[in-house]
Amino acid sequence: MDIIVNSLSHCYGSTEVLRDISLDIPAGRVVCLVGPSGCGKSTLLRFIGGLECPSKGEVLQVGNPPKGSLNPLTFVFQDFALLPWRTVQGNISLVLEDHGIRGAAARDIIGDTLARTKLSDFADALPKQLSGGMKQRVAIARALAVKPAVMLLDEPLSALDAQTRELLMDDLVSLWTRQPFTAVYVTHNLAEAVRLGHKVVVLSRRPGRLREIVEIDTPLADRAAGDAELEKVQKQLWNLMRDEARAADEELVDV
Amino acid sequence: MSDVATQVPARRAVEYRGGGFAPSPRRWVGFMVFAVVILLAEWGTRAGWISPLTLPKPSDVLVTFQDLYATGLLFKHLGPSLSRLFIGALIGVSLGVTVGVLIGLFSYVRSGMVPVVAAIFPIPKIALLPLFVIWFGIGEGSKYALIAFGTFTPTVVATYGAVDNVDRTLIRMGQSFGLPWLSIVRKIILPGAMPGILSGLRISLAIAIILLVAAEMLGAEHGIGAYILEAGSLYDLERLFAGVVILSLLGVLVSAAIGLVENRLLSWRV
Ligand SMILES: Nc1ncnc2c1ncn2[C@@H]1O[C@H](COP(=O)(O)OP(=O)(O)OP(=O)(O)O)[C@@H](O)[C@H]1O
Ligand SMILES: [Mg+2]
Repeated sequence: MDIIVNSLSHCYGSTEVLRDISLDIPAGRVVCLVGPSGCGKSTLLRFIGGLECPSKGEVLQVGNPPKGSLNPLTFVFQDFALLPWRTVQGNISLVLEDHGIRGAAARDIIGDTLARTKLSDFADALPKQLSGGMKQRVAIARALAVKPAVMLLDEPLSALDAQTRELLMDDLVSLWTRQPFTAVYVTHNLAEAVRLGHKVVVLSRRPGRLREIVEIDTPLADRAAGDAELEKVQKQLWNLMRDEARAADEELVDV
Repeated sequence: MSDVATQVPARRAVEYRGGGFAPSPRRWVGFMVFAVVILLAEWGTRAGWISPLTLPKPSDVLVTFQDLYATGLLFKHLGPSLSRLFIGALIGVSLGVTVGVLIGLFSYVRSGMVPVVAAIFPIPKIALLPLFVIWFGIGEGSKYALIAFGTFTPTVVATYGAVDNVDRTLIRMGQSFGLPWLSIVRKIILPGAMPGILSGLRISLAIAIILLVAAEMLGAEHGIGAYILEAGSLYDLERLFAGVVILSLLGVLVSAAIGLVENRLLSWRV
């Protein structure tokens, strides 16, 4: 299933947040969204996931989600959004119960997703007993449990320290290599963008417009840290972003 | 050599200054406070610097209490009181939680009910007892109504405040996974509001005990309130105090019961 964003614009009251965004998200690819703070990345992601309606333009699904997908458009939130009163497996079963998946069938799915996110030993732990990195892995396990057609990740690693982030990026790459999924990945971190993205979309400062789309052809599994090609792309992205940030700064001075 | 040794700078442990600001339960302290107060009263009444007209001797109160127990009168009074408390509070709290959740969920209910609740909250419910007697009869009905009405308003206010405070990101999460409306309410909003509802319950139930006594004073044959009223009109201070002690014990028990429920239901809290 592909997603097409069709000349989408949005205003909150008198603030224009997004202007004329057109974008396609092909199946099985990871699209990274980068841009200066407040440019509307999270807002765009909410439109793609159907949590809000844009004032102009539309988001289209092309084709049907694969059979067995319980929740085609699935979010992974920056602040994890785990229910603190449910255990790790309870949090995953939450998203299965309403599809009538209980008992043995649920245990199979939960066991499988926990194994894939290396959490099997923590099935009965409460969120308060877990570290930040583990909580985010639970959130990823929960997202995998509903067999999403498209994963929408809003700065999923921002709340974590550099080492944990590195490890979770490796986890995401190995999850993708084993079974390619489609994803829109919002981030501030250009290193994350060049490590995980097949396509990096740079938005301008508010109102967010498409500034540049950078394709990266190196397969995800082959992207090692210190790869010269990737460094070059990261540098290029950084230059784009720096110009935006500088312009945003000057705008403030003008006011 | 010994000169050099004395010049080694002195070492001492770093001063600890991280304590305090974290009250933790000390079970025996509560009992001690009660024991000291009772012993003081006993000593005073025996020694004579508290006149028997001011305060009965605690040991006499205990004897009265034993009589009450031995004659079976205790349960004759406690039984009806407990059932009134239970039924009245059950009606008030369940209606209150329901209305509170509805106010928390629906704009129209909120706009319609919040002013109504604000209007009836400050009415002293005891003033309405004659009205309830006309509506529900002199029997149990008016007493249930009074207790239910008194527990209803604080429960509503606590509940909709608690629902408002449920983490919005969790509700967003539920929607993003396509959970049906009812599941979001049952599995996210209600458990998330539980801490606030339970702390509201502490207040509601204390109010229920106060109203129970008031209702029983204004027309009941049996019940702790009736017992206290009778003792009071005869200036029988021992019996009056025996009744008051029962009420205090009831309050402590209710509060302890809520504490137990909190420990069970809210163990997930950080
Ligand atoms: N519900 C809302 N009502 C009004 N304004 C909003 C709302 N949500 C976001 N905004 C505004 O829209 C703009 C874009 O917000 P958004 O959260 O999408 O930015 P972002 O790119 O995700 O920023 P960050 O990188 O800091 O997360 C901001 O200026 C914000 O103030
Ligand atoms: Mg954001």
